[in-house]
Amino acid sequence: MLANSLRTGPDERGRFGLYGGRFVAETLMPCILELEAAYEEAKRDPAFQAEFDSFLADYVGRPSPLYFAERLTAELGGAKIYLKRDELNHTGAHKINNCIGQILLARRMGKKRIIAETGAGQHGVATATVCARFGLDCVIYMGERDIERQQPNVFRMRLLGAEVRPVRSGSRTLKDAMNEALRDWVTNVETTFYLIGSVAGPHPYPAMVRDFQSVIGREAKAQMLEKEGRLPDVLVAAVGGGSNAMGLFHPFLDDGSVRLIAVEAAGEGLDTGLHAAAMLRGRPGILHGSRSYLLQDEDGQVIEPHSISAGLDYPGIGPEHSWLKDIGRLEVTAATDREALDAFRLLARLEGILPALEPAHALAATAKLAPGLSKDTLLVVNLCGRGDKDIYTVARHLGVEL
Amino acid sequence: MTTRIEQRFAALRAEGRAGLVTFLVAGDPDIPTFERLLDGLPAAGADLIEIGMPFSDPMADGPVIQAGNLRALAHGVTLARTLEIVRRFRGRDQTTPLVLMGYYNPIWAYGRLRFLDEAVSAGVDGLIVVDLPPEEDEELCLPALERGLDFVRLATPTTDARRLPTVLRNVRGFLYYVSLTGITGVKEAAAEQVAPQLDRIRKHTDLPIAVGFGIKTPEQAAAIARIADAAVVGSALVAEVAAHLDSEGKPRGGLVAAVHDKVRALAHAVREARR
Ligand SMILES: Cc1ncc(COP(=O)(O)O)c(C=O)c1O
Repeated sequence: MLANSLRTGPDERGRFGLYGGRFVAETLMPCILELEAAYEEAKRDPAFQAEFDSFLADYVGRPSPLYFAERLTAELGGAKIYLKRDELNHTGAHKINNCIGQILLARRMGKKRIIAETGAGQHGVATATVCARFGLDCVIYMGERDIERQQPNVFRMRLLGAEVRPVRSGSRTLKDAMNEALRDWVTNVETTFYLIGSVAGPHPYPAMVRDFQSVIGREAKAQMLEKEGRLPDVLVAAVGGGSNAMGLFHPFLDDGSVRLIAVEAAGEGLDTGLHAAAMLRGRPGILHGSRSYLLQDEDGQVIEPHSISAGLDYPGIGPEHSWLKDIGRLEVTAATDREALDAFRLLARLEGILPALEPAHALAATAKLAPGLSKDTLLVVNLCGRGDKDIYTVARHLGVEL
Repeated sequence: MTTRIEQRFAALRAEGRAGLVTFLVAGDPDIPTFERLLDGLPAAGADLIEIGMPFSDPMADGPVIQAGNLRALAHGVTLARTLEIVRRFRGRDQTTPLVLMGYYNPIWAYGRLRFLDEAVSAGVDGLIVVDLPPEEDEELCLPALERGLDFVRLATPTTDARRLPTVLRNVRGFLYYVSLTGITGVKEAAAEQVAPQLDRIRKHTDLPIAVGFGIKTPEQAAAIARIADAAVVGSALVAEVAAHLDSEGKPRGGLVAAVHDKVRALAHAVREARR
């Protein structure tokens, strides 16, 4: 291991510098320590890794292609743009990578009941999917507002046998779903495995989810070396909690020549107060078990975020992102609702791919960035989800009734 | 030097009875009504007062206390205002121990050392911060102890023998035993399940043990008072506040008296429990 590697975190307390940690109620502590021990053991067990790899290959459909977006590249007239096509995974997003890892761990720990939070519903669908596959009970917490805007995914979860529990507290979105999932976990801690969907939550979740998602970056690295004979120059990914971004970025952290760009949801605009830009407009704070950048007021009350994309509508961000931002390794930018919608349509027309509204933010940032880069710049966008789930939202914004 | 909390538990022990700990959310339903509630608690029989510091995302609380937090926030109750409320109360009452309970982020946002210094000067006696387990003691617990503030920790049914010493390590004031796995105000405590747990914990510590989460009625409080050093009642009192609000959330006449009556009934049961 490199002495000066950026890839060794977190420390034994689950810290990435100031960030991370285990800020949870005592009821959960024994369970979190048990999870950490179980994960450390599984990580070292070749049989666990082999089973994980085999499910990724035959059930998820990995590796996902690294696709040269020729017409998008020509249209933007700058960097050579590749799309990492995690939207082709089973269930249509990167979320399933992590779900396979955690469900195998849950089974190993003998847990019979799985709970999860979901925003866009992608993580909920992925969780319901693996629960069906492994025959485990599944309860999904989802904000009432997200239930309204992600109807197709709610129905999919129910078809897969999950119970979807609407959350009516707070802003009725992802943050509140996570509060409710934590309340369930505290109540049913002995029987229940909490399958967190992003690189957030108390240690060991940020590191564990990152490890399961890092398959994205490892594949992208190998694929780019094969196609272009060298590393990419720029990686771009949208951040909600930060899992698709960390999955792509982590294998490249020590490759200093590779720029890492995280795209936050600017909602109606970064200065309107209606956004979800935790790193650009938040301050370090403690929510859902870890310290990280957080949208909060002067008094430390969490501010309700806003984004057209349910998957990015979260007031925090994973702790490793916060640390990488502070040390200058991660660049952070943002795209508005409108820019994301424009990028959604751009990709549909030029490449025949409907992106989810989450990666549409990464595409929007790319559309601003790429024209200013030279034609030999290799840029990878994490196309972490497909847009079928979002067609109702997009239609509404275009004034079309379905 | 013994703290106000230690003195109160010593006095309770001398009287041969358990104490009643009451919980209300600071500034719920509004600041003036809350201050009237607070002022009457000692006379109504509260031996120790816990005040919740409002937070937007109270993850360990059930719907009743969540709603209390939101009502207080809607009335502009900040951490600074909570400290002012305590300061005014201390001007009028120098003996009733007062503990602030809440979540870490408002304290962190305020500046943790600044908060501790101001809490001491306002007359706070102890802190309970739900999302600070012993693993994070450097954040707040150790600097609080240095300043003479007691730090009360929660032990739960999941705190096993191996972990108990860690949980007890830096506790001062009293230990708060959470009688069930879960959030506040949903399930009900069963004294017969709590008793063996308290016996187990007492093998490791001489600290007074208060038991809470799920105590709603005088009967339940009495059952706990027979086995613990104090019974904590929260959701039942916050529910009483909520029951006396009109459709616009304004307090109806009788709110303060109703809450105090409830405290009186609980206190009576706790005081009679071991007779
Ligand atoms: C397709 C897609 N991308 C991104 C996200 C945001 O999560 P993260 O930042 O953890 O990748 C979600 C969340 O639901 C999603 O469904």
